[in-house]
Amino acid sequence: MEKINGTGVSPGIAIGKAFVIKKAEVAVSGILLKGENEVIANVAAFNNAIEVAVNELEVIKLSLAGTDFEILETQIELISDPQIAEDVIEKIQSERKTANDAVIEVIANVVEVFESMDDEYMRARTADIKDIGSRILKHLNNTKTNTARFKPDSIIIADDLSPSDTITMDIKHVNGFATRTGSKTSHAAIIAKAKGIPAVVGCGDSLSTIQNDDVIILDGTSGLLYIDPAEETINEFRLKSEIQKQQSEKLKALKNRPAITTDGKKVMLSANISGAADMDDVHENGGEGIGLFRTELLFMDRTSFPTEDEQFKFYKQAALQSKGKPVIVRTIDIGGDKQLPYFNIPAELNPFLGYRAIRICLDQTDLFITQLKAILRAGVFGDLLIMFPMISNIQEVRAAKNILEKAKEELLAENIPFKANMKVGIMIEIPSAAVTADILAKEVDFFSIGTNDLCQYTLAVDRMNEKITHLYDPFNPGVLRLINNILEQGRKHHIHVGMCGEMAGDPLAALLLLGMGLEEFSMSASSIPTIKNTIINHSEADAKQVYRAVMTMDSSDEITAYLKAQFV
Amino acid sequence: MITKEYTITSPQGLHARPATALIRLVKNFISVISIQKGEKITRLNSMINLLSMTIKGGETITIIIEGEDEINAAEALGLFFAEQLKEL
Repeated sequence: MEKINGTGVSPGIAIGKAFVIKKAEVAVSGILLKGENEVIANVAAFNNAIEVAVNELEVIKLSLAGTDFEILETQIELISDPQIAEDVIEKIQSERKTANDAVIEVIANVVEVFESMDDEYMRARTADIKDIGSRILKHLNNTKTNTARFKPDSIIIADDLSPSDTITMDIKHVNGFATRTGSKTSHAAIIAKAKGIPAVVGCGDSLSTIQNDDVIILDGTSGLLYIDPAEETINEFRLKSEIQKQQSEKLKALKNRPAITTDGKKVMLSANISGAADMDDVHENGGEGIGLFRTELLFMDRTSFPTEDEQFKFYKQAALQSKGKPVIVRTIDIGGDKQLPYFNIPAELNPFLGYRAIRICLDQTDLFITQLKAILRAGVFGDLLIMFPMISNIQEVRAAKNILEKAKEELLAENIPFKANMKVGIMIEIPSAAVTADILAKEVDFFSIGTNDLCQYTLAVDRMNEKITHLYDPFNPGVLRLINNILEQGRKHHIHVGMCGEMAGDPLAALLLLGMGLEEFSMSASSIPTIKNTIINHSEADAKQVYRAVMTMDSSDEITAYLKAQFV
Repeated sequence: MITKEYTITSPQGLHARPATALIRLVKNFISVISIQKGEKITRLNSMINLLSMTIKGGETITIIIEGEDEINAAEALGLFFAEQLKEL
């Protein structure tokens, strides 16, 4: 039995037979065409390949009937793009390149253009361009990969799965898939997770040893693949898969049980939401509050800023549906990667280091005061708290609080009811704020650690840049020390500290954070049962030991290996 | 020739979905239809060229229409930018 290690991106165990998808070799032949006849033949072959490719996509579209239409429509437009055709034919005619070589070169050029764009969305489109390139080449060279039909109980083994591969996949017959390349954010990973298919990506070259019909066990939780396992191993995993299914049922049953460790330490498990609509899910999973209510949704998909009344209704809705649980409302966090159509922020070289969030609010106070008034008014209908994002120093906190006071004065003058003593907190997501937590604690009622940005800023890693995702690591001792400092200062100054970044929902981090003294974990609602299960099955004393051990370690490799070992 | 300015009302700008819809719409007319943003101008028959312009929400673009059915085309594009785009 052979074992292959990759990144598990969609949990669950799949057992089945390998179905290997081989991509056509894309290589420039370097052959130059001789004579006009060959030129004409190559142009014709190219035009034919386009026609066949479009027809193929149209057929897939018909068979899909509705659902994932749009990606295919875009693919059809891209594949029949006159600019690509013009460039390819130009290369065949004047440079005497073969249709194959011309397509490879033209696609490579377009990919290069898109890769160099300063727009994250457009850079991500290179996957679509590469996808249409391989589609054209496939028909040009008559190499057929049929992803639409699989035998029952297939485990797909592929280099990478393109957008059109993944959506055309007949998932009734697919038990799981594994790819050579890819990361947690690749198309294949996202679709697998959404459809609940166990998947492992980034397996590396060892995946090429797998042959069609090899028996495979795929563990999407640990990221392991077992090839041709013994009968007993298969049985062992069948059992494990059964247990996992039962466990997820059991986790749901934890809904009404408080998150208390075996030695009596109570922590709060909350959820992150984007609107009142998410509230059902929070109650369903036993969330005890809202650690982060993102308000951006209200500002998107419109042509002008929402009025105070519109905002008031939006926050009030959430307050009413919170069933008395505390809701931390974050003031608007636009800029960076979040733009509004009616609010033009000129392009910046480093938008994440630029004009965003509280920086905009303190500059354009009208906009800020409108939101604050709406939140204060909604506070009458539920336990709302207010939180400012992207704080880097104490002046910003004071300025924001002054504006909040002004908002209260205006409401008072207008004789509109509002919650006067609303608690005020800040996100700690900039390293300077983490280091000066002792200073900032004097001005606020609570902290919430935003690990995503804190990690990005501390490690100088753009979290959108795929080439450096391995450096984006919340278990880096530098990040852990900052988090530890925030918690320590919070305790010392008697203010509540929560965490609303992705780390709060990471089961691997749960014990460590508990040991550090984190009081509130806020995550996507669906992660709550898993974290709760970890909390109720461990003691605070154990967690403290984990924390002390981790703080002596010198690398995230050592730390994550140690944390993984705690679960065996 | 008809020239008209529009502000992009879809929050994500002319990304793949609205760009596909726009290219499809333009195909219905025989007029030569181009889009201009700043110095850059391209014919609205190529997705690649349109996406390459990276037109974002809130930006202003100019549409240039020339041909037999330019009046009908202008009307359809006006509707697209004023009404339909928001929903894409």
